[in-house]
Order: sequence, then structure tokens, then C-alpha cells
Amino acid sequence: MNTTARLAAPRGTHGRLGPLWTFFFRYGPPRWSRYVVDHWTGQRLVIAVPYLWLGIFFLIPFLIVLTISFAHESPLDRPPYDSPFQWVYLDEGALKQGALQIRLMVHGYVQLITDELYWSSMLFSLQVAAVSTLLCLCLGYPMAYAISRASPTSRNIFLMLVILPFWTSFLLRVYAWIGLLKADGVINNVLLAIGIIDEPITMLKTNFALYVGITYSYLPFMILPLYSNLEKHDNTLLEAASDLGAGPIRAFLRITLPLSMPGILAGSLLVFIPAVGEYVIPELLGRTDQLMIATQLYHEFFNNRGWPNACAVAIAMLLLLVLPIMFFQRVQNRELQAARK
Amino acid sequence: MNAPNRTGGLFSKTMLAFGFVFLYLPIFTLIVFSFNDSRSVTVWASATTKWYGKLLQDDQILTAAWLSVRVGAMSATGAVILGTVAGLVLARFGPFRGRALLQGLTTAPLVMPEIITGLSMLLLFVSIEQLVHWLFGWQFDRGAVTITIAHITFTMAYVTVVVQSRLAGFDDSLEEAALDLGARPAKVFFRITVPLILPAILSGWLLAFTLSWDDVVVTQFVTGPGADTLPLVIFSRVRLGVSPVVNALATVMVLIVALGVILSAILMRRQEQRRKREEQMAATG
Repeated sequence: MNTTARLAAPRGTHGRLGPLWTFFFRYGPPRWSRYVVDHWTGQRLVIAVPYLWLGIFFLIPFLIVLTISFAHESPLDRPPYDSPFQWVYLDEGALKQGALQIRLMVHGYVQLITDELYWSSMLFSLQVAAVSTLLCLCLGYPMAYAISRASPTSRNIFLMLVILPFWTSFLLRVYAWIGLLKADGVINNVLLAIGIIDEPITMLKTNFALYVGITYSYLPFMILPLYSNLEKHDNTLLEAASDLGAGPIRAFLRITLPLSMPGILAGSLLVFIPAVGEYVIPELLGRTDQLMIATQLYHEFFNNRGWPNACAVAIAMLLLLVLPIMFFQRVQNRELQAARK
Repeated sequence: MNAPNRTGGLFSKTMLAFGFVFLYLPIFTLIVFSFNDSRSVTVWASATTKWYGKLLQDDQILTAAWLSVRVGAMSATGAVILGTVAGLVLARFGPFRGRALLQGLTTAPLVMPEIITGLSMLLLFVSIEQLVHWLFGWQFDRGAVTITIAHITFTMAYVTVVVQSRLAGFDDSLEEAALDLGARPAKVFFRITVPLILPAILSGWLLAFTLSWDDVVVTQFVTGPGADTLPLVIFSRVRLGVSPVVNALATVMVLIVALGVILSAILMRRQEQRRKREEQMAATG
């Protein structure tokens, strides 16, 4: 490449300003722009577009959260924290000197471990997510199985019915459960009218309501990956098993279930991961004495203005979810590769 | 099929029916009680449409809905542009340095808990505000613009996935042929690639719009004074308890979605029939 030759400073200026110009032309903006013009043609420019956006609006924000999680809390300031990186002027005698001061506070993280409020809500979130995932699986697996066995026309209708709620407002669908579960709600009224119960059962603001709400909202995320897995199964395997004398339960346990494992994993992770960080459903349906971790983060950030603590909670949540997320991506990649073959 | 297998089928069919009741009963009750002539949403009095009248007079909801439409349309358009570019890069540009990072960056927002996305976006905007104030002395408020940027960021991931998987389904022979015939890459993209993936782009746009239209958590973080989107208004009202006006609003929204879905199903069926007919003609002719 003869870029250096092309980028050499104009002759006249070289002498007058000397090494400064040389430096400027060798390392300054003209060289960068030339580099960009020379090398970033076509493809690279196109690649740069999503990279730039995601870098600015996804990667940098994440780094900011990480930084603030180590910051010092100062509730009266706007924003209410002191950055861990600060440019301070050291005043030693006559010599004034600037220096970068780095102060990392781990108070937010310590609090996560020592304060029962935080780790109990962390554990509670995991518990809620696990139970809801299990409920989704118990309901979603038979549904996906039935859909995959249906005739092609009814299959399309069923699939549409599964996806349809997804297009309607999630918030309003959760809201609908308030009307159903309230003390004077539809379910209690019906049960009272039939005479199964004598007085209304408290269902709203309980764990039960929370499980129902999450299962209800995330059921399609369980059914769809399961369906796309079950649909590909080779029926001849089941026929062979039945020819060889295996009963249907045994055939299911030995053939269908193991084969659908990737679908089960993908569906479970698609439910579990967002359920851990769920905020809206527990706020509307869940208990008020035991908060989930996302609600805790929200309160810490907005009500207590404890930005460093809230950021530490966010980082802890990410660490909690990073394993399931990586696992999910591996499952997904394997499925993609299998589909390509 | 032998008899025991049929019982297994029966079980799964029962579960299917139960599952659909579970999925649709809440929506159904929402609609029914929007016609209920009583403030308490859950006890049936008599039929009325007065809540729809109240809905039409509710300025807060109407303003919020208009803002949501604008934010949704803008962010869906932005997400489609960025997501299509990202999907194209990932599906067609082969292995380049930083591909794995880009793939990770585009799929991460899909699984990132919303509350973290919202928090980090807000902190970014606060930092930018500080920087701008320090550099130029300007003050700006968060609002529709910051909401749109945040929505583009988390919805473009969905568009990317849709476009990428659509592109992976096509081989690139058409595009290569065009390149061989001397078309410039940009022309190939607009004349061949875009028409091929148009269905994916459209469904990506609708998906992004729906996600933006429905978002509470991220919006709550990045919104500013006076910029309440529809979900924020609904959320703050619903927290106080049930309200028949919200039921009426829900009914209208469900109706719009149902109409849209039925229409698109009819269109798709018609297209498929036409394609079949053309295939038959090609086979016989």
C-alpha cells in the first residue's frame, strides 16, 4: 500500500512547521479519514452501521452501569453518585498536577450478600421463574404435541391461536387476570354461585396469581420451540418401537421425549430467563411483602435514588442469567446448524 | 394406530383445549365486562356502551395513544432499517473479523431482562445530557426521542433474527448472478435482496411496532416529563384497580389485532393459492 506516500505532508508546509506537521499528518485526522476512505469501502461501511448503533446504545450503556455500580453514593447530587473515575488536582506546594483518581466502592455488592432483602428477593425470583417454567412445560408440551399431530389445516389454525395473544397487548392480558382473580372477581363469583366455596378465596396478590400470570404470558414462548421440534420427528421410529413391542408410554419416554430435549431446553430458557427479571406481572398480581429482584432494583433506583446499588443489582442479575443465556445460545446454534445440514 | 396411543392423543387434545381456554378466557372476560353497566368491572349489571363513549372523551388516553403510535412507527422503521442491515451482514458477508461479537450484540437484547436494558439506556442518556451540558451548556429533556432510540435498540434484535433466518433460507445464487452481470452491490440489494425478504421485513416491522406499542419497563426508565405512552398510562391506572374504560380500550385493541390477523391470513391464503395455480400451469403448460 502506498498510503504513506500519498499522505505525506504538502511540501511547502513541511519545512515551516517541522515535526509538528509530520506528526499531524502521520497520526492526525487526515490519516484516519484517508484510512477510512481507502479501507472502509462498501462492506465495511455496511458492517459499521449496526456495529456503531449497538456499540453506542447497547455496549456503552452496559459499561456505564458497570462503572456506576462501583461509584460512591451521594444522594443530594444530580445525578446521585460520584463517578469512580475523577480528575483531581493535586496541590503539592508550588507544583499543581492533575491526576486520575480511581475509587471503587463495593458497597452495592456487599449489600447484595449481607442484606437479606436482596438475596431473598433474588432467591424468590429464581423460585418463581423455575415454578412458572415447569408449569409452562406441563401445559405447553401436551399442547405442542397435539398441534404437531393435528391435520395440516387445523395445525395452522392452532398455531395462529397460539401466536395471536402475542400480538395483543401483554399488559392488558395481565390486567385481565386482576378481574378474574379479585376477591369479588369472576372466578370467586362463579365458585360462590356453584356453591363450591362459601366465602371468596384470596387469590390476587399471592404467589398463585404470580405463577398463573407468568405462565399465561410466556406460554407461547414454550409452545413454539417445542412445536417446531416435535413437528420434525420421524413417525417411523414410533412405528418401529410399537412393532418391536414397546407400549405407547414406553415409546414416548424412550423416543419422543429424548428427541424433543432441544425443544424443551429452548422453550424452558425462553420462559425462565425473562421470568427472572419480570417486573410488570409481580407488580400487578404478585405479593407485596416479598418482592422479585427486578422490583427491588426499581425501588432502589427510583424511590431510594441509590443508583450505585441499583446498578450492582443489575450486574448481579446479569451474572445470574449469563449461564442460562450462554446455554440458550449454544442450544440455538446447534439447532441452526442441524437445520442447515 | 393402536388404542393406548389414542388415549395419549386424547390427553394431549384435552390439554390443548384447556390451554386455549386458559389463553383466551381472560381476553374474553375483558371484552364482556367492557359492556357492563357498573363501575365494579366484575359484577354484571346490564349491557351498555357508555365506557366506549368515556374512552373517546378520555384525553389522557387519546394523547398517549397518539404518542405511542408515533413512537411505534418511528422505532419500527428505524429497527427495520438497522435490523435488515445487521441481518444482511450476518447472513451474507461471510466470516469477517468481529462477526461473533456482532452476532452476540444483536441477540443479547433478546434475552436481556427489560429492566436492565431500561436502566442502562437511562444511564446512557443521563451521561449524554451531562456531557452536552458540560460541552455546550444545553439542557434537553428526555421524551419521545429517547423512548424511540431505546425502542429501536431492543426491537432491532427481533428484526435481525427474522431477516437473518429468512436470508439463510435463500441461497445467494440470484444475487451472485446479478453481480456477475455487472450490477453494483447496492443495486443488487435494492432490486433483488429486498424484494426477496420483503415478507420478513414487513413482519419484522409489525413485530417491532407491537413490541414498542406494548413496552412498559424500558419506557418507564427512559421517558421524560409529559411523554407518557399508552402502556404507561394504562399501567398507572391499572395499578389503582380495575377500570371499565381500560376494558373498553382493550376491546378496541383486540378487535384491531384480530382484524389484522384475519386479513393477513386471507391474503396469505390467496397468495398461496395463486402460487399453486401458477405451479400447476407451469407443470401442465
